Amino acid sequence: MPSPRTLTVETIGDRDLRFTREFDAPRALVFEALTTPALLQRWMLGPGGWTMPVCEMELKPGGTFRYVWRKGGKDMGMSGTFREIVPPERIVHTEIFDEDWTGGETLVTTTLHEEKGRTTLSLTVRYGSTAAREGALKTGMVDGMSDTYDRLADMMARGEIARAGA
Amino acid sequence: MEISGYGQRAAGRLDATFAALADPTRRAILARLVRGEVSVTELAAPFEMSQPAISKHLKVLERAGLVARGRDAQRRPVRAQVGPLTEASAWLDGYRRTLEANFARLDTLLESLKTARGLAPRAPSQRGRPPGRPRRPRKDT
Repeated sequence: MPSPRTLTVETIGDRDLRFTREFDAPRALVFEALTTPALLQRWMLGPGGWTMPVCEMELKPGGTFRYVWRKGGKDMGMSGTFREIVPPERIVHTEIFDEDWTGGETLVTTTLHEEKGRTTLSLTVRYGSTAAREGALKTGMVDGMSDTYDRLADMMARGEIARAGA
Repeated sequence: MEISGYGQRAAGRLDATFAALADPTRRAILARLVRGEVSVTELAAPFEMSQPAISKHLKVLERAGLVARGRDAQRRPVRAQVGPLTEASAWLDGYRRTLEANFARLDTLLESLKTARGLAPRAPSQRGRPPGRPRRPRKDT
């Protein structure tokens, strides 16, 4: 079994978040797992007991896809359009959830880099929301935010600040 | 990719939270406020910034619901509010958890694909294969 691998998160420029993860497989195989509906349905299930009964895609630039996840009678759908497909190294697509919680379409760039039979996948997510447009995702924001949050959580746990507002 | 639990209501709020947190001065202000409520004058002191400049940052934080002003007419003390911060942090955590769960399953899937394609490190050797029968390429799914 491969050892557990770390997912890293960083901010790129002023509006992108990038997630990076290594896989112990050649990138052709990773690309296949990312672009074959029957395979996607086996892994793109999120945390905690969701299934993916709908996974349809037209894998070409301008082609659309439709995913639906299901858990206990609740459906959650996402649709999008492929912008670029360069096997086995690059996919650019837009996506939007049926319940538009991201505040507009998200642009996702997936790249696969292979070295010695291992593949580094990087997922760059650009939000279409006003936060993104206003340059909200500035370098260091994530760290700064989680530091601040950790401190707040500590102080709350020690009862040093009240939870409620004014 | 699936993120659990946030609807439309949260989207606008998250925008405001992220925008407010994008500035290092505002993060420093928040970090100061978690140590307790202070007046704007007290708050401005360590920042080498004018009080109006600090007030401007406070307005952004206030709009995002990250700070609140007290009712005391004299001091109007400023205090941190953790609700939106928790929400923003939970949102990122949710995204990260989703990807981590997905990628762990992808590891397993890739291992089984490698074995099926004869790419695994300990794939059976071809020694036992009858001579003269070349390996037939496997039909990919």
